[in-house]
Amino acid sequence: MALTEVRVAPPEPAKAELTDRARRERRLGLTLSAPAFLVMVFVTAYPLIYAVVLSLYNYRLTDPAGREFVGLRNYSTVLTDPVWWTDFGTTLIITVVSVAVELVLGFAFAFVMYRIIRGRSLVRTGILIPYGIVTVVSAYIWQFAFQLDSGFVNQWLGLGTFNFFGQRWSALVVIILSEIWKTTPFISLLLLAGLVQVPEEYQEAARVDGATAWQRLRRVTLPNMKAAIMVALLFRTLDAWRIFDNPFIMTRGANDTETLSFLAYRQNVTLVNMGAGSAVSVLLFLTVVVIAFIFVKGFRTDLSQVRGDQ
Amino acid sequence: MSRYAVRSRVGRGRRRLAAAVVLALSAGLLTGCGDDSGVPVVTWYINPDNGGQSRLAERCAAAAGGTYRVDVQVLPNDASQQREQLVRRLAAKDSSIDVMSLDPPFVAEFANAGFLRPFDPADTATLTGDVLRGPLQTAYWKDQLVAAPFWANTQLLWYRKSVARAAGVDPTATGFTWDAMIRAAESQRKVIGVQANRYEGYMVWINALVASAGGEILGDVEAGKDASPEIAGPAGDDAARIIGDLARSPAAPPAMSTMGEEEARSAFQSPSGGFMVNWPYVYSAAKESVASGGIGQDVLDDIGWARYPRVAAGTPSKPPLGGINLTVGAFSEHPEQALDLVRCATSLPNTIAYMLDAGNPAARGAAYDDPGVRQAYPMASVIRQSINDAGPRPITPYYNDVSTSVQITWHPATGVTAPATPEESAAFMSDVLQGRRLL
Repeated sequence: MALTEVRVAPPEPAKAELTDRARRERRLGLTLSAPAFLVMVFVTAYPLIYAVVLSLYNYRLTDPAGREFVGLRNYSTVLTDPVWWTDFGTTLIITVVSVAVELVLGFAFAFVMYRIIRGRSLVRTGILIPYGIVTVVSAYIWQFAFQLDSGFVNQWLGLGTFNFFGQRWSALVVIILSEIWKTTPFISLLLLAGLVQVPEEYQEAARVDGATAWQRLRRVTLPNMKAAIMVALLFRTLDAWRIFDNPFIMTRGANDTETLSFLAYRQNVTLVNMGAGSAVSVLLFLTVVVIAFIFVKGFRTDLSQVRGDQ
Repeated sequence: MSRYAVRSRVGRGRRRLAAAVVLALSAGLLTGCGDDSGVPVVTWYINPDNGGQSRLAERCAAAAGGTYRVDVQVLPNDASQQREQLVRRLAAKDSSIDVMSLDPPFVAEFANAGFLRPFDPADTATLTGDVLRGPLQTAYWKDQLVAAPFWANTQLLWYRKSVARAAGVDPTATGFTWDAMIRAAESQRKVIGVQANRYEGYMVWINALVASAGGEILGDVEAGKDASPEIAGPAGDDAARIIGDLARSPAAPPAMSTMGEEEARSAFQSPSGGFMVNWPYVYSAAKESVASGGIGQDVLDDIGWARYPRVAAGTPSKPPLGGINLTVGAFSEHPEQALDLVRCATSLPNTIAYMLDAGNPAARGAAYDDPGVRQAYPMASVIRQSINDAGPRPITPYYNDVSTSVQITWHPATGVTAPATPEESAAFMSDVLQGRRLL
């Protein structure tokens, strides 16, 4: 993260004793959020625990008599299987490339949306349209565009009968392009939210000091948006890591384009292999937790920043 | 603005929830409809066809004197997706599934899971009388009749008469083997159309070769995941030898590793076409190509057919088997009416009517004596014999795993060798069945 070298870290709040009022406010907050919290535990904890239990069995839904307890064997099977690691690599490539490109593009869009004076709502709506399209539909759109029989891309680029979905790298290119097209608006929205929080006075002060546009961007705008950027990155990374629709529609996982979510789907739904499938799901969940942990602790992302309460 | 961004996610979730609630409510309304008239509605989940099954449904409901109505639900195109949808619903004990048109390889899995309502022994004679031997084998699981064969399919050997004549071979002669066919195609610089893409069609080919060589891919199938792979044996080696030989010979079509039924058909109809194994639909498709100007009448006239080629000259071949079985859902609320519909749809006159309407061969032998069928299918007697002698794919609750392990280890065909490929296949299959490897 090139951004972290700019030191504008907010002053560490002194660990003072809580006042009575603060303590009461905290208690009120907890009480108010308790019902929602309980409902969430109920709807997320039960399936989660059930998945963990299932992952300890060798169990096919269609062979109930063959169910047997195997302990952690499913986990060792999954983690030593080339299928898992191929899918892990695919997911990693899609996540890193699409999030990196989206961050740059999203930033450009956010700037346009922020600075534009005339036709502001038109531009903002235009930029947001792809995000409003159902992912499955956008996956089909991109598939049709690149497919040999219906596509126009080959003709435009003069590629003849090159089959984009015929090998791994080119299929991944299309999947990533579709992903970028679809979710850049989301990241640009989050970045716009950060952009409007940068006080105009800072910019003016920098300008008075003779800072160039590039210097103002690097020294003023970006450091003050750090929280928004990190939150946008966190949301998008978690989203991209769980990618399912695009490969499912475009390649059905052929040519090593299967992602981890797809693997979980295939084991659980197609093969009704509840044991290994649950193990894959639990491992996928753990990777999501690790990513969230890295962002929140490692990069000190402050989730409250996105709400604008500084 | 920043608040808006976060709230939009929450709003999305809420809208989704609302949509789900609406869906759930309307689903409730849908299943409830029809009940107000008092006539039970039998829901029949069908594989897509040209509408023939819907017409049968109407005819059967009318024949039952309006004691039930049939609601036909069309499943997805792809057989594995049909299975996926049905399994998902049946695992949740969906009582709206009364009758299902099921691909025979999945019968064992469904029956083993308790998803199918076994037929009463008293109905056995009606449902299986005169049904050809091939499809009959797919109707049972653990000696219980769980499916009624509706229509059956098989592959024939299609050849260009001019090519066979020039090569001096007669594919219709008993004892015509794969080796003879490969040599004949090589000598004439023609190709042999097969299904060798990584998909179910490839499994169909491999299974037919293994069965024709007198072996089987999986033994002791009732042991479920402890079944023993038998593919690593003399029969598996024969199959691997033929596939590898063809793939590495000039008689292999250029795109063999991605070739399915349609690709094989177009290669066969092209000037380089010599031989092909494929389902009977290719003949009517060729006729349509002539009508639309795709190929000339001379090509159609040049097409001959014979029984599936042998692996060893002395042993009759066991051609592939396809088709559809009708089954009754275990959680059906109208089992009586469902049974009546199955009995009616699989009756001899109705399977003949369906064969002429939808072009799918009947499972009952007597259908092929019908003059209408004889006229529409000049190759009717070969089809009947082939279906009767066909070798079904392994009848196991783990069919999906077995088939996919074979497809993975045998693809691409150019890398297939005996005995390495069958051995690798058997080891991988047994690991998958035991839960030691992922598919």
